[in-house]
Amino acid sequence: MSKNIKYLAILALGIIACEPEFDNPIDEAEVFTSGKLDLTNYVALGNSLTAGYADGALYITGQENSYPNILSQQFKQVGGGEFVQPLMADNAGGALLGGTQILDNRFVLAFDDKGKPVGPAIYTGAKPTTDIANKLTGSFNNMGVPGAKSYHLAAPGYGNLAGVQAGLANPYFARFASSSETTVIADAVAQKPTFFSLWIGNNDILSYATSGGTGKDHNVTGNLVPSSYLSNDITNNNVFASVYSDLVKALVANGAKGVLLDIPNITSAPFFTTVPFAPLNPSDPNFAAQIPTLNATYAGLNMAFKALNVPERAIQFSATAASPVVIKDESLTDITAGLTVALGGTFGPLAPIIAAQYGQARQAKKSDLLILRSSGVIGKVNTARVAELVGLGVPQETAGQLSVNGLTLPLEDKYVLTPEEQTAIKTAQDSYNATIRAVASANGLAFVSAKALLSQVAGAGVPFDGGVVTSVFASGGGFSLDGIHPTPRGHALVSNALLEALEETYGAKFPRVNIGNYATVTASNEVN
Amino acid sequence: MKKLLLLVLFVFVTLVTYAGGYRVSVQGQRAIAMGHTGVAVVNSAELVFFNPAGLVYLENKLNVSVGVSGVFTDVIFQNEDFGISSETDNSVGTPLNLYGSYKINDWMSVGLGVYTPYGSEVAWPTDWAGSHLVNNIDLATIYIQPVVSFKISDHFSIGGGPIYVVGSVSFNRNLSRTLSDIDGNRSNVTVEDSGVTKWGWSAGAMFNPTENLHLGFNYRSEIIMEVEGGEAVFSNLPNSTAVPLTNGATTFDAALPLPAELTVGLSYEYNKWVFAFDYNRQFWGVYESLNIDFGSTPTSPDSVNPRNYKDSSAYRLGLQYQATDKITLRAGYYHDESPVQKGFFAPETPRNDSDGFTGGLSYAITSKLAIDASFFYLRFEEVDASYDHYKENGQEVPFGGTYKSSAFAPGLGLTYKM
Repeated sequence: MSKNIKYLAILALGIIACEPEFDNPIDEAEVFTSGKLDLTNYVALGNSLTAGYADGALYITGQENSYPNILSQQFKQVGGGEFVQPLMADNAGGALLGGTQILDNRFVLAFDDKGKPVGPAIYTGAKPTTDIANKLTGSFNNMGVPGAKSYHLAAPGYGNLAGVQAGLANPYFARFASSSETTVIADAVAQKPTFFSLWIGNNDILSYATSGGTGKDHNVTGNLVPSSYLSNDITNNNVFASVYSDLVKALVANGAKGVLLDIPNITSAPFFTTVPFAPLNPSDPNFAAQIPTLNATYAGLNMAFKALNVPERAIQFSATAASPVVIKDESLTDITAGLTVALGGTFGPLAPIIAAQYGQARQAKKSDLLILRSSGVIGKVNTARVAELVGLGVPQETAGQLSVNGLTLPLEDKYVLTPEEQTAIKTAQDSYNATIRAVASANGLAFVSAKALLSQVAGAGVPFDGGVVTSVFASGGGFSLDGIHPTPRGHALVSNALLEALEETYGAKFPRVNIGNYATVTASNEVN
Repeated sequence: MKKLLLLVLFVFVTLVTYAGGYRVSVQGQRAIAMGHTGVAVVNSAELVFFNPAGLVYLENKLNVSVGVSGVFTDVIFQNEDFGISSETDNSVGTPLNLYGSYKINDWMSVGLGVYTPYGSEVAWPTDWAGSHLVNNIDLATIYIQPVVSFKISDHFSIGGGPIYVVGSVSFNRNLSRTLSDIDGNRSNVTVEDSGVTKWGWSAGAMFNPTENLHLGFNYRSEIIMEVEGGEAVFSNLPNSTAVPLTNGATTFDAALPLPAELTVGLSYEYNKWVFAFDYNRQFWGVYESLNIDFGSTPTSPDSVNPRNYKDSSAYRLGLQYQATDKITLRAGYYHDESPVQKGFFAPETPRNDSDGFTGGLSYAITSKLAIDASFFYLRFEEVDASYDHYKENGQEVPFGGTYKSSAFAPGLGLTYKM
């Protein structure tokens, strides 16, 4: 009979085996584990990078592809909980406040009728439908707030709807802040996260950088009161250290584990690397035609520079190679007075005006970074300047000739990051990163060097099954069309780096994401 | 007791399988039950399909066999690196077969068959990880075949006839791994056509060295189904000149081969037993590439999907036992080699080598009418496989993981003889 039982068992197996089943199904225990982590309530804190902001706007698909949301999907394999995001109302980006549009729509990549990319343009296929005044209810796992600096996370009233119009509060946080007086960190802690990520500090230097360094560097001013900072300023290193430590202290107070990310070299983002310092190409017939006149005109100025002992400021355009643009460098000694005298003979009453225009002018050098927005103005007539000059009594034609951005009119400070400004950024970044690393190790938290990751992308690039992710604008795959924020593919890269760090620190095992499955920039010709 | 158990096992756990690719071996209830052997089995009108030459040796003047199977298939997929898993949600296939033969005189019989040897339905979850290769496919063909069978002598006969094929196809996939409209809806295309027709033929021979031993040979020709001007519908394309396509319907041209099949085999009758062995050679090598040309542009195909199938074989064994006057028991096994080569494992026809276990019985209600029941279970090994020839920006991007398939088909039929 025992033999018969064997046959019966075989028969039973034969019938059960009709449903296919793997030897090692990945959804069963052991394959992936959360290690020492409790992922039931993940709260992500940060700025636009955490929110999933891309293409100059916040919109649904960007949010869905934010690294915290990608992580939460991988966490689901090991007991991760629901991950709720304060989703926008559409994919147009942009936002309204009480019916009036206050934030622009996203960028899309426009193509000409031959299918060649023209460049980023504001999407006009749909009007924004997200009204900031429509308060969201409930708490949100993704607490990334576009525009937030480190100290904003602890600033009461940062989500006060009444302060949005005046620029005193953040429109994105105002949508989901639990009260007008609350702080981001308070709302995060109130959710009792079991796990958190914190990526903050980028904007403490980024706004300064994207503004071409027009703000103040509070490492120089020594101002330690962040409430007095303006948006384009660099946050003082000590302020950052103190704020950052407090944020992490609040987050770990309940025993939550987490991961901290440092600040990448923001100046290696395409926003700063796309426009070359020498963009004036003689193969452009329009520009080539102007070269003799420009050089003849600048010859007189160059003699004056020589006479004033600043021969290195001489301006000359090559007829055979690309020439650098003319910029205004605020770190140069202002020689307006000397120039006024030197140019008096040639220009008579116009001399003071021309002298002022070139008092801190020089041609750009390789070490200068022209920001992405400069590409739209270089070589174009600055009509505001024309009007200004005409108002000063300059004849219309001369005013026009003196107002060509980057050729005759030095590019304004806001379009250029000079080496001095870059140094100010790097000094702050290095200090912030030292703080972040120290806080991570003091609290036993996982740490990801976003700096190392971005330098890989900006360097040789990161290979994947469908090519290589680079930081080349629009086509590299890593950066969205604003030149600052990652694409979904960029977020996928960040996610994999985070998963690796969590495995190392907390003994977990997670599946990676295939970055080739994540999209890059969005093409659309709905741009008017 | 032990004998009975063995018999039960024998009936229910014998071996059969799908043939590789999109070939479905369910062309007769009695044959299915015997591991889908039949090229040398003189048993019923199922010979129209298996070997028309044998029809002339059937004892009765009129023979009719009809049957239908319910084919339940399931494929699971997982990729451990990326923690993804998917399972198909295929509807139940119901391939039909109708065969009839009529003995005009002692040396000639005629017959007619309607059967469905090729077909495939695979439905993955929409936008699953391999959606750039396939979301779902539904391929169906109906073969309609008149045959004639001549007895040259008691030892040798020949037979054959033309085949008229009617086919239909519906296939949906995403255009790439990432292309979407502004709202993130994945850009996809559905190609669809029905009523595609084509002619082919089959021919066979049977040799009977002794009364109890039959040797059979059958060849079914290759048939290339050509779609011209089918309907292709593009959806969720971004509104951009970056993509040289527009949402909505256009036409498509494509060709899909239904490969030739050669079968040789033998059967031997001993008392109440019949033993059968078939060897199938399927000439899948003809399936080099699935090329789809959209619109009426004169350019080369817009979508080239290398398949690079190889010719493959199936080995089939069947047994029949006349248990009582009314009950005949059958069982079989087959091993079916996949025509899919390494690196060409596309999830639209996820077939690797398989083992088929079959069983069944006939119950004679009267001397003229019998009910035939069959069952097969196809067992596939779990396989780590990939499709390496999907191209993105000129670079080949592999898609793969671990697949496991199963197929299971109970069937019922009637045999009438007079």
